[in-house]
Amino acid sequence: MIRLEGVTRRFRSAAGERVALDAVDLTVEAGQVFGVVGRSGAGKSTLIRTINLLERPDAGTVTVDGREMTALAPAELRAARRRIGMIFQHFNLLNAKTVAENVAFPLRLEGRPAAEVDRRVADLLEQLGLSEHGKKHPAQLSGGQKQRVGIARALACEPGVLLCDEATSALDPETTDEILSLLDQLNRDLKLTIVLITHQMEVVRRVCDRVAVLKDGRVVEQGATADVFLHPRHAATRAMLAEGEEGFETADVPPGGRLAKLTFRGGSTYEPELSRVARSVGVDYSILSGRISRIRGEPYGQLVVAFTGGDAEAAVAQLTARGVAVEDVGGTV
Amino acid sequence: MDGFFANVDWPEIARASRDTLLMLGGSMALTVGFGIPLGVLLYLSGKGRLAANPVVNAVLSLVVNILRSVPFIILLIVMLPVTVLLVGTSLGVAGAIPPLVVGAAPFYARLVETALREVDKGVVEATQAMGGSTFQIVTRALLPEAMPGILAGATVTAIALVSYTAMAGVVGAGGLGDLAIRFGYQRFQTDVMVVTVVLLLLLVQLLQMLGDRLVAAVSHR
Repeated sequence: MIRLEGVTRRFRSAAGERVALDAVDLTVEAGQVFGVVGRSGAGKSTLIRTINLLERPDAGTVTVDGREMTALAPAELRAARRRIGMIFQHFNLLNAKTVAENVAFPLRLEGRPAAEVDRRVADLLEQLGLSEHGKKHPAQLSGGQKQRVGIARALACEPGVLLCDEATSALDPETTDEILSLLDQLNRDLKLTIVLITHQMEVVRRVCDRVAVLKDGRVVEQGATADVFLHPRHAATRAMLAEGEEGFETADVPPGGRLAKLTFRGGSTYEPELSRVARSVGVDYSILSGRISRIRGEPYGQLVVAFTGGDAEAAVAQLTARGVAVEDVGGTV
Repeated sequence: MDGFFANVDWPEIARASRDTLLMLGGSMALTVGFGIPLGVLLYLSGKGRLAANPVVNAVLSLVVNILRSVPFIILLIVMLPVTVLLVGTSLGVAGAIPPLVVGAAPFYARLVETALREVDKGVVEATQAMGGSTFQIVTRALLPEAMPGILAGATVTAIALVSYTAMAGVVGAGGLGDLAIRFGYQRFQTDVMVVTVVLLLLLVQLLQMLGDRLVAAVSHR
């Protein structure tokens, strides 16, 4: 659906040249929710803007829905942009227009007949629970409502792709949840391909099928969200995942213990695998840190345990046989 | 009362009021007509804008600055040949309008440019992302969003024009300001001075009130 090949973007300023994107290759399949994470300055904003060519790459090609965006004439590019919806961190609604006029805006720009515009706007407002707010101005709405208007406006021309530029970063946690559920629902109901950029790992965990990690304008790691989150390979990914997580102090580890990171996925998350294995090989374990959660709806558990007083090697072998991923973290203490 | 207003020639005051209103109306309409496109061009050609063009921007900016730095009374004289060319006379209300417009339009253009700059860049970006052309972005997004500032700027400009019209008496344009200078000031007719100044004050008050109301009507922040 979306393919970026060798996309490079440089910014020149008095301070010199800065490479915002460095030969980025990305493929987003139709119907996927694709997340791009990175710290501020990593190039996320530039990356998402190259997809609809709000930023024109200095090198490389961008293809959306079979059309090479980078090769289009201005009028063709404008037509192609109408098939790509976009929502923003600060909503970017027109303050002078009412909610209904904002939603009608892209349809009017396209020159659709008034009757059709009215019908489509009424449908969208209803679909997004905004029917009673049609005559209000954006200033009278809450953040969550404004983002709903942004989404309604982005969907007006029935796009196949929705670009989300930090769409939940200005919202409180509750509203973030609401907007993410909405995006998830749109992805399922309309088969909408969604690309979102964010610095909130939680957003990726909730809605993204696949994720790419961006650092200094390069994609340093990408893959299925669960794979990347549970078994991060790049230091930048690990650092971002470690934020806000409680670690454990080495001093707390029981002496003579063997440390292991266990990852349970899917149905086995809720099975008492660990205690079964411990009983059968006669090993004790202390849980040092852990998290049981879901990634894009799939349950998982990840524990760091210290095995003591038994055959730790046998425990590891049995756990592995039962489909639990076991990683060494620092050996014995 | 009769004693104090002895010098006041009321039909003359009425004629002067009409001239002031004609000069103001005519020059204001043309000032808006030239000022908005000029302001839009200044904005669009600016650094990092939709049609960024340093050469066009520098030239427009220089022309605007030159016109804004010439004192109006001098502009009035310098413009004489051009005025004759444009309206066939350099005298009266018609003769005053070209210099008034040339004096006020660059000033108003700067105010329009400032109002446009106040519009969130995100709005421009969103309209671009929706497939809007530059013309659509200007007419459907930028100008409506900047309307409160554009109208506030028009109010300031209209009031500045009221005081410019007083100087237009130099080319025989008449008007209340001219009356205040010729009779009130030069002939020490205090009553004429008081009447004309009060009428000018009323006009300014009225313009400000009207402007404030229009701005409030289009503000939705």
